[in-house]
Amino acid sequence: MTGLADMFHHPFIIHALLAGSAVATLCGLVGYFLVLRGQVFAGDALGHVSYTGAMGALAAGLDPRAGLFGVTVVAGVALGAGSTRRTDDVAIGSFFAWILGLGVLFLTFYTTHGSGRNGTANVNVLFGSIFGINDSAAATAVVIAALVGAAVIVMARPLLFATVDPAVAEAAGVPIRFLGAAFLAAVGATVAEATQIVGALLVLGLLAAPAAAAARLTTQPWHGFWLSAVLATAAIWVGVTLAYVIPAAPASFTIMSTAAAIYLVAGIVTRKDRGDARPAAQSTNR
Amino acid sequence: MNPAPTWNLITDVQQMLAYSFMVNAIRAGALVAVVAGVVGWMMVLRRESFAGHTLALVGFPGAAAAAWLGVATGYGYFVGCVAAAAAIAMLSPPAPGGGGGFVEESALIGTVQAVALATGLLFVSLYHGFLSGLTNLLFGTIAGVSSSQVKVLLIAALLCLAALAVIGRRLFWASIDPDTAAAQGIPIRLTAAVFLLILGMAAAGASQVTGSLLVFVLLVCPPAAAQQLTARPGLGIALSVVIAVAVTWVGMGCAFFSPYPIGFWVSSLAFAMYLLASAYRRSIDRGWRRPIRPHVADRPVAP
Repeated sequence: MTGLADMFHHPFIIHALLAGSAVATLCGLVGYFLVLRGQVFAGDALGHVSYTGAMGALAAGLDPRAGLFGVTVVAGVALGAGSTRRTDDVAIGSFFAWILGLGVLFLTFYTTHGSGRNGTANVNVLFGSIFGINDSAAATAVVIAALVGAAVIVMARPLLFATVDPAVAEAAGVPIRFLGAAFLAAVGATVAEATQIVGALLVLGLLAAPAAAAARLTTQPWHGFWLSAVLATAAIWVGVTLAYVIPAAPASFTIMSTAAAIYLVAGIVTRKDRGDARPAAQSTNR
Repeated sequence: MNPAPTWNLITDVQQMLAYSFMVNAIRAGALVAVVAGVVGWMMVLRRESFAGHTLALVGFPGAAAAAWLGVATGYGYFVGCVAAAAAIAMLSPPAPGGGGGFVEESALIGTVQAVALATGLLFVSLYHGFLSGLTNLLFGTIAGVSSSQVKVLLIAALLCLAALAVIGRRLFWASIDPDTAAAQGIPIRLTAAVFLLILGMAAAGASQVTGSLLVFVLLVCPPAAAQQLTARPGLGIALSVVIAVAVTWVGMGCAFFSPYPIGFWVSSLAFAMYLLASAYRRSIDRGWRRPIRPHVADRPVAP
């Protein structure tokens, strides 16, 4: 156990925990609304879009982060503005399947039109590299997470109203379409930020699992909102520690497993009183 | 491996067929596309794209585990996909009132997907992986299909189609009108679970040709295009199969003659078909409104 105490002497662990906590908090907050609004599929789509954005930027010789943020935020706004209440999942699916195909094309450009490059960048974009984060990247992650987090918290109240009862909210003057687009733009920025930590393919776990666990554990929206952020952060901390203790396991794997375990435990704990005690809890069945 | 096209279609095709790996790839592609066309049509009708996407992705950890254990990756795809289908079917909460209890279910599906991918990463890193191998697992390759794999694909395809033929009518009813179907004593949950298993098999087969990340293209685009073009189930399924096979074969041809991967070609062609079909639909709808969802009445599916 002396190894665990040593953990905090490594700067890369500190950076990983710092950036990871910031991103996880954001993922938890955004993810809760994503689950509540039934838009997990859109979150998944944005994850794939972020892959193509990053590979496109790499192929063009730009900083991958420029591609990440640019493409995901635009795609988020487009998804939000282009759809009414229930996004057509066939349209989303067809579109992002093609986007992913473009990503493969960029990958081919990137690996063939340059000497001495291997697939490492590709793997990092897909699966993340939490231990590869340096000082400035960690600071950027914290700043961006704070900005996007603040935006989400500001729009949380009207967004909840618009989610739970869109018709009444619209009648009360809440700008539903604008909120939907702004929310998906925030999801886009979150996904872009999280792609650097856990990877484009695994963002979804950090968005969905803690939020779903929180939705299971409490029916109070605000408790769930914050609980989801706490659970996501816990998943990062436990995951990073496990990855440090077990060198064979990649950090992305331990983080995802922890998040899934939290969801599983939440599901088992609440299984008993599902039937009687909480009649209307999960039946937000739109 | 970049032969130049002569733009004479017949010699081009002959040139392609001179390679035995291309013959295998074309056979495998046809098998996969037929199954994906049929199963995908049902998937699009049932609005289960997200589940289909997830099942397509979980082939990746299966294949990675198989590579790590030294087994043929083909079996890995099937085990991974079928196991994940069973997991989703068992864990998903009973949906109140038939329909889709989608809020919780989609979160569950998302979690399964992320965990599966992370597990795949674990296996790849345990394998001290060849990174190019990883790219092939994820994005597919046309050179990778052996003739024994074609046999496995054929058996899987027959199994899928047979199972779908058995539950087809009931599944169709349960998809369109779950309440009436349940009232008539059709076991909705069981039917849905069996369909997920079939979807898993189909996704596993397709994974081996287009790679895990792009299976979804074959599952969603051709059926979506077909449903834009016709409301009749029988015709729709046939169209969906035709589009899927055409897109796969043309995509393979393009990939053979160009340096770009098959995944890019197949996904672009399939998406183009979907766009064309929706444009056609819109031009018709402008004058005269017709229902987009197929009718139950005029021709129940009879595969």
